[in-house]
Amino acid sequence: MIQICQRAIRLLLLLAAILAAGPFSANGARAGAFEDALPVLTGKGFAAVGEAVDALAASGDPRAIPVLEALSDGDLYYRESDKAVFLARKGGEGYLLTDPGTGEAAGTGARGDFQKIKTNNRLRVKIRTALGALGLFSPDPQVRIAAARSLFMDPDPALLPLVDDALSKDDDPGAREALDLARAAILIKAGEASTPADKVAAIRILSQSTSQGARALLGGILLDDGEGSEEVRQAAGKALQQIETRLSRLAFVENVFQGISLGSVLLLAAIGLAITFGVMGVINMAHGEMVMLGAYATYLVQETFRLHAPEALGWSLPIALPFAFLVAGAVGIAMERGVIRFLYGRPLETLLATWGISLVLQQLVRTIFGPTNREVSSPDWMSGTIEVTSGLLFTTNRLWIIAFALIVLFALMAVLRYTAFGLQMRAVTQNRRMANAMGIRSGWVDAFTFGLGSGIAGIAGVALSQIDNVSPNLGQSYIIDSFLVVVFGGVGNLWGTLVGAMSLGIVNKLLEPYSGAVLGKILVLIAVIMFIQKRPKGLFALKGRAVEN
Amino acid sequence: MSNAAFPHAGHRPFLLRLGPTGTVFVILVPVVAILMVAGNLLLPPSSSFHVPAHVMSLVGKYLCFALLAMSVDLIWGFCGILSLGHGAFFALGGYAMGMHLMRQIGDRGVYSNPLLPDFMVFLDWKELPWYWHGFDNLAFTLLMVLLVPGLLAFVFGWFTFRSRVTGVYFSIISQAMTFALMLAFFRNDMGFGGNNGMTDFKDLLGFDLRSDGMRSALLFSSAIALVAGYLLCRRMVDSKFGRVILAIRDAESRTRFLGYRVEHYKLLVFIVSAMMAGAAGALYTPQVGIINPSEFTPANSIEIVIWVAVGGRGTLVGAALGAVMVNFGKSWFTGALPELWLFLLGGLFVAVTLFFPKGVLGIFGRRLTGWPLSLGMPGRTRPRKPVEDATGD
Repeated sequence: MIQICQRAIRLLLLLAAILAAGPFSANGARAGAFEDALPVLTGKGFAAVGEAVDALAASGDPRAIPVLEALSDGDLYYRESDKAVFLARKGGEGYLLTDPGTGEAAGTGARGDFQKIKTNNRLRVKIRTALGALGLFSPDPQVRIAAARSLFMDPDPALLPLVDDALSKDDDPGAREALDLARAAILIKAGEASTPADKVAAIRILSQSTSQGARALLGGILLDDGEGSEEVRQAAGKALQQIETRLSRLAFVENVFQGISLGSVLLLAAIGLAITFGVMGVINMAHGEMVMLGAYATYLVQETFRLHAPEALGWSLPIALPFAFLVAGAVGIAMERGVIRFLYGRPLETLLATWGISLVLQQLVRTIFGPTNREVSSPDWMSGTIEVTSGLLFTTNRLWIIAFALIVLFALMAVLRYTAFGLQMRAVTQNRRMANAMGIRSGWVDAFTFGLGSGIAGIAGVALSQIDNVSPNLGQSYIIDSFLVVVFGGVGNLWGTLVGAMSLGIVNKLLEPYSGAVLGKILVLIAVIMFIQKRPKGLFALKGRAVEN
Repeated sequence: MSNAAFPHAGHRPFLLRLGPTGTVFVILVPVVAILMVAGNLLLPPSSSFHVPAHVMSLVGKYLCFALLAMSVDLIWGFCGILSLGHGAFFALGGYAMGMHLMRQIGDRGVYSNPLLPDFMVFLDWKELPWYWHGFDNLAFTLLMVLLVPGLLAFVFGWFTFRSRVTGVYFSIISQAMTFALMLAFFRNDMGFGGNNGMTDFKDLLGFDLRSDGMRSALLFSSAIALVAGYLLCRRMVDSKFGRVILAIRDAESRTRFLGYRVEHYKLLVFIVSAMMAGAAGALYTPQVGIINPSEFTPANSIEIVIWVAVGGRGTLVGAALGAVMVNFGKSWFTGALPELWLFLLGGLFVAVTLFFPKGVLGIFGRRLTGWPLSLGMPGRTRPRKPVEDATGD
């Protein structure tokens, strides 16, 4: 009861303030209201301060924002001699003063001359609401949208006139949309105060939204027995259904995005494998460890930056790319020259030997860096989210990784297609003896091809360090999936690798909501095994006699 | 390498055709097992020849691994199929036995539920899942120990061999199978104890699992199973059937063109091998006292292959020897120098494939006995030197 009374009083006060104010200036500020409200702050007791807060909120003046913030933080004082209000910060012997009217420094003052304007918890809540309402009149549309949204989440019927007022002024479409929603929420929450016709109109507006808040509001209407109007209930039910459909559609889009994101991770891990396994026919079980080495190389580069050039930390990733490529590539070349070249034509033995190498590499990293996860931070330009439409958020680092995977893929295709090395590589895979006869040193082409595949795995490690734990076991979690991608896509075909990675990723993520992550993975594995029954050579099989050897 | 590989082939009775290594193996394994049992049961703990309980479990475990290695050798050494899924067959056998042991606990569990194992009570399950029925019966369990891995091998092999998935492709897919099973067994709602698997076993056939008598019986059974497995494998590879398998390993297409149904031969070997692995797992579970999903990790399955490679591929006895040697090294190093063990194991993979493709038995066996011990060593050398291939023994 008391609350309602208070609300009614506040409403009246606001209405009075607004009506008395007359014409607003362009950004909603009413000339004089701000100046009138300031002295009220110095009145006796919390009630006076509360009144002042309401008046400041009603003023719609952007200058009221810092004042209210200062009040909430306990930084607002008044001079005892002339009751002039100042924003003050402790500095040296006294206070550094700021004039709230002009926002400029107003010299210093002795501590004894000033009195702090005190607040309590209830006032702080009031201040927060007031700040929200004031945001509606901010010159920055983003602030206006944020203010309207917070109002939507916490609708206060007392603020309806303010919202109406803001709506009549605003011409930014985004802000108007948010204000409309906030107004609808307030109308629905107002209970008896708004007519069924108002409510139905509000529900219609809400039905266009996709937010969880709108869903909760509409659900609230259906559950609320106090809501007598059948018309309102029906409208709410229909609107709820509309929102559900839209939300499920959005969820689908989001799953597809997640799938593409997973697919691009798989693609990164599998591209290198497509070279070593697909082109050279070498089954490299240590491929995952090349990815791991790349991730640790990133960690090393970033730590070096942190120690010696912390201001350029954002550049550590671009610099880690070539470094990781070189490290993993060098290890790859050493592996090829030291072990694998003696095992050409014996794939099963190659599998075992490279598995052994992977164990050694894992233990080596574990010995040097320790078994725990290492932290690799994301630079600023990779963190955050992008809102595509309302309710659909894409994280920036996922977007970067998708773009990066495609860039790596196309760069590799270009290398194979247009460079002398690519030409030699293709020559050696197609006809080794003829290539030898043409003067190509096939042994070294093998070594560098393997180095290229391993180096790309290292680059994948740079990207994976952004979304996965950098630990000695990093590579293990990708190796089986990568092999499945290459086998599924078809050996020796980079387009196949792309299609394979994307379809595995998307199918995985689309299955997840229905079957859970683990079961989804198992289903995909079974599906791939079944698929290979049908097409043992993969989706994009090479044709011709060369393949049989 | 045609006849030299089968120096003992002829028309003498099978048991007389085992050759020196085989004969030594068939006699030595039970004798050692009997000696150990005697040393454990008959000698007082004060005697310096007393075999303590933990050694009994350890040796019993090695014997199970030896049987597992032999099953891999049968399919890899003789048929050329590198299965990276045998860890799964082993674990399935182990789980079947584990289910029986769980049912044996009865109401002695923490929650004293006479029907449901503890983890099911913990998950608030009301009744036993259908696939748990029957496992209170040991005969049924032993049947399942062989049937479940055999059935999985049949289904998996039927699809893969029929569509001619060979070589590394088979290896990768079998590895993916193990991986999928591992993920599945990690789930609580599968009804196999999830993460923790099954443990806290009490007794088998009414005898306490931790008693000396039970340990001895299990060790002896493992030894007998190993010898039986060896004789079964020898019987298979020494017969005409075995010749066809070798032919498939060395020239699959040629064998097919000669009119043999290659898929059927492969499938049979695969199923027998999977059943052997399942039996090894069933003997393993009561001796180590726990079975959990980590047995399904792909790394385990690859490790089995290296046991075989170390001992000598295609020798059967070598596989058993390799399993015992590598696992002994593992027990010792993970205790004494844990940092070093993975370096050594990794180095072993590389060294064996690069420098000792014939394994221990291939190197030392011939020198000691004068017999070429390998029953069917990799006939192909590197294809870069085709001349050698053609004129090889």
